[in-house]
Amino acid sequence: MSSTPSLESEAVAPPAGPGSGWSAAEMMSVAAARVLPDGASCLVGIGLPSTAANLARRTHAPGLVLIYESGTIGAKPGFLPLSIGDGILAETADAVVGLVEIFNLWLQPGRIDVGFLGAAQIDRFANINTTVIGESYRAPRIRLPGAGGAPEIAASCREIVIVMHQSREKFVEKLDFVTSVGHGAGRGSRSRLGLLGGGPSTVITDLGIFEPDPETCELVLTQLHPGVALDEVRAATGWSLRVAARLETTAAPTGQELTALRALEQTRPTGAR
Amino acid sequence: MTNTAVQASRAAAIVPLEVAVAETVHDGDTVALEGFTHLIPFAAGHEIIRQRRRDLTLVRMTPDIIYDQMIGMGCARRLVFSWGGNPGVGSLHRFRDAVEHGWPAPLELEEHSHAGMANRYAAAAAGLPFAVLRGYVGSDLVAETDTISTVTCPFTGEVLTAVRALTPDVAIIHAQRADGQGNVQLWGITGIQKEAVLSARRAVATVEELVEELDPRAGAIVLPAFALDYVAVAPGGSYPSYSHGYNRRDNDFYVAWDAVSRNRETFASWMKHHVLDA
Repeated sequence: MSSTPSLESEAVAPPAGPGSGWSAAEMMSVAAARVLPDGASCLVGIGLPSTAANLARRTHAPGLVLIYESGTIGAKPGFLPLSIGDGILAETADAVVGLVEIFNLWLQPGRIDVGFLGAAQIDRFANINTTVIGESYRAPRIRLPGAGGAPEIAASCREIVIVMHQSREKFVEKLDFVTSVGHGAGRGSRSRLGLLGGGPSTVITDLGIFEPDPETCELVLTQLHPGVALDEVRAATGWSLRVAARLETTAAPTGQELTALRALEQTRPTGAR
Repeated sequence: MTNTAVQASRAAAIVPLEVAVAETVHDGDTVALEGFTHLIPFAAGHEIIRQRRRDLTLVRMTPDIIYDQMIGMGCARRLVFSWGGNPGVGSLHRFRDAVEHGWPAPLELEEHSHAGMANRYAAAAAGLPFAVLRGYVGSDLVAETDTISTVTCPFTGEVLTAVRALTPDVAIIHAQRADGQGNVQLWGITGIQKEAVLSARRAVATVEELVEELDPRAGAIVLPAFALDYVAVAPGGSYPSYSHGYNRRDNDFYVAWDAVSRNRETFASWMKHHVLDA
């Protein structure tokens, strides 16, 4: 997936680079949305993945089947849900099933095309940590929410897309805890572990896009977002970063994408009471 | 004497919430309050806090704000769970304070994935000692959680993940409604509630309302009265979660809870005002 799907070109292209019309976070959500193919079934994590998946449905992928782990299959929310179990998901879903069914009958046998996840930490083989930060599991420096559905989503969906903010604290040489397996210790790990799906295919951050090397499965920087310098990405990566021979620049968000994204974000609860 | 050796096992009694909690939840019990984002039994959790239960093993796939409150109020000794965050908002600060700083008391963890927890309830509900799934492989959870193991398929020799059945002393759920006999009906996102009720030694349902007759609803589950011990009427009993068809999830409350729960004193004051003295 080294090329960006072509999108309806705008009469007036927005200026490139954050600070000139869009933010790095917006670029990340837009780039993540573009990865999702129309018509695919997509198991959506809450937060950044949900924002991007809902953006995809409003732009190039109206036929994207959104599946939330609450058991809502084919949800079509008119606004951004805060949780994976908001009422709007059940009201608009093609089917609502129980949790034993969603995990055992839909996820486990590999029926779902894309698992769309976030992470607190990631390593060079796209294994992810959402459990603890710190040396000790029993006495962590920061206790994170934990696994949720992620270990089995990462194992069984046909492919995995990960979206997360990038920094040296998040892109680490060694995870504090392996919650969910990406490509394990590299090529061959997934088949040795007996994992059904293909594992992570794309990692999208606020700086660029990474894809696993076909030979080693190590993440390679394949796209820089407009206005981002390669040194910035290296500085925000905790291992010796590999860069694609042909490093491309991500297409800037189109006016249509930004309008759709901002309309979505406006529907997010603010906590104002 | 006629031949009447067969006895009815149980039928849900319709009682006030205080009675249902006092009869079923005791210090040291393993207690599961289920409801996956939807139909979370907040009123029952608050009643457990008011009755000052202690040393509980709290079981819930997504601890959510209700277990943040129960942990912060000192009800829990141990937590069995799979995702302990404030959905879409961030951390559960009382849960984090207990794990990171032992406040108000240390909290033992038994941690799983959602698939593992769902299968553990289903195994217990089916009267089996464990469940089989494809899960956890390669995850560090395997080394930290002793209720995750492996089993070899007797037909193919394949090694699969096994998780131990989970049998709470009491399961508590919230549902939309019950009839006068204590049959309980719920719909919308039905989560793991049926399995949780059938896995537990004792079971309680709080409901939005009692009705004459449970007319059919699309996608509804009906739990027959003999699957439950008590039914209590608690309108709005899932707030700030929601009861599909009755009220909406108060997302603003979930966002606002972040600030309330971040600080021990603010939290204690909020709980006194809204739960203990309510």
